[in-house]
Amino acid sequence: MNQEFKKTTFRDDFTFFNSPASIKRFPFPFWEDKYMYSVNIEPHTAGAPGSVFEFPIDINEHYVSEMADRAIVLKEDPLRCQALPHMMLAQWDFLELLMTSMARDYPQWFSLTTQGDHWHWVNKPLGIDQKFVFGDPSTLPYEPMEYMGRQCQGDFSIQDQRDGQLWMDAGVITTQADWSLDFDVGMNFMEWHGPVPLAHDMKVFDRALKFLLNLQLGEPVRRLNWTMTINPRLDTSPENYNKWGKDRTTVTPENVGDKVHLRVELQALWRLPRSNAILFSIRGYLIKMRELVTVPKWGRRMHRVLGTLPPELIDYKGITRYRDTTLEWLSQYDDGAPTSPGGGPD
Amino acid sequence: MLVEGIKSRPRYPGLTADKHANHHIFAADGEGAQAILDLFTNESDAIKGRVTVVYAQTTPGSEAYAAKLNALSVDIVHIMPTVETALNRLAGVLHAARMGARMYAAGTETLIGFTVQLAQQLGMDPGAVLTEHRGTAARRVQCVHCKGFTENVTTNIVPCAHCGEHLLVRDHYSKRLAAFQGVCADAEVRGELPEISEVFK
Repeated sequence: MNQEFKKTTFRDDFTFFNSPASIKRFPFPFWEDKYMYSVNIEPHTAGAPGSVFEFPIDINEHYVSEMADRAIVLKEDPLRCQALPHMMLAQWDFLELLMTSMARDYPQWFSLTTQGDHWHWVNKPLGIDQKFVFGDPSTLPYEPMEYMGRQCQGDFSIQDQRDGQLWMDAGVITTQADWSLDFDVGMNFMEWHGPVPLAHDMKVFDRALKFLLNLQLGEPVRRLNWTMTINPRLDTSPENYNKWGKDRTTVTPENVGDKVHLRVELQALWRLPRSNAILFSIRGYLIKMRELVTVPKWGRRMHRVLGTLPPELIDYKGITRYRDTTLEWLSQYDDGAPTSPGGGPD
Repeated sequence: MLVEGIKSRPRYPGLTADKHANHHIFAADGEGAQAILDLFTNESDAIKGRVTVVYAQTTPGSEAYAAKLNALSVDIVHIMPTVETALNRLAGVLHAARMGARMYAAGTETLIGFTVQLAQQLGMDPGAVLTEHRGTAARRVQCVHCKGFTENVTTNIVPCAHCGEHLLVRDHYSKRLAAFQGVCADAEVRGELPEISEVFK
């Protein structure tokens, strides 16, 4: 993708928007006209050129703006980035994965040269030129996970694997859909998924855990998840819920198109080579309802998915207050015509 | 946000004697004493070796319980005035403990939570602590906003003891913090609170 980076905001005046090209590559998560949980994991292999799946790490037009937003969050609340002491090796694994992927796939923006443990990293869009010694945290301005977390879109958590469980023992989480790293750090897979309704009874997490414990090096996997957000706000953390929660009451029939956003998470999981930990990346994509309906199939399907969502999920995803207004607005884009299978535009 | 019935809520299966242990270390508060007394009644043959009890006298009936605990065949009962002092004593006991020791915790969720937390800090598997819930269901709650802890919460909604936000007490529980999560209950419309009731008696 040859593009310029936008300078937009995800707070205060909310100037975020998607270019037509960005809308076209949006990872629309619904492959049929209704939604229910499933494990829906597939190999994280290269997708079509230009798509969000083209490269393992997707850098797009919002890169610089998203990194600026992350810097604000970390300045205001350092607890959004935490790593338990035994996770240092996994932090270096993480740094290596991101630097090598980004330099390989986006050579116009990033470069990495290594001579033994002496590494030289250049990040042109953020104006960073850093020489450091791989394995020596004192040669970086932050610990390795925070250092690269500040330079890559998406939230990241790192899971230690022991006793047949995964333990969320590190993470840099600033754009989360309403869960707290500070509260969940140190929890195992079942514990941190505790609040998710319905899925436990469906044994979704038992199966997913079993699968992940056997995740192989070099064979990352991915899935899509979604929620809805009022205003293009990245920091929808529980920590700040008492500040942003009121946004949910501001939706009117006139502003649905601009205020209501579908928020899709491209979640990928990688086995890390030295630590045997698992990296979980949660890459968020926002799209306004007004932008979404420019793809007729998505407008129809969004209306149908939202109209048939189980009550538990409406509650869990925090959609309750504005669902009806949004549904009514979307109905003008649903002529009842059949939709084609799969998430892509027709 | 207002989801209930969360699965991360800990379960307390009840005390059973570890017949392989050579040192049994009990932490209890209030009504938790009765769980220890019951264990000694039902499984006394399985309790071999040394027995150390650390007991916090936190309820009106605690003195009578302390006397009953002292009447058991135990090496020592540390009678402490509060959960906090009991935990300090327990930490001292654990630092001196050797291989073959087994921990038990009985009483309020707060006492159990702190005991498990202590075990974890000392490098033990939290699952290795045998637990039984007795007495009040009052909760220790962490405010997700200011991170302050509010103790002895018995209602579904509680004002944070630090920042004053009205917190909805969730079932989501952190062993590391030994606390339930509290999240602003009226963030969307200020003053619009669910009916407040005493649900953790």
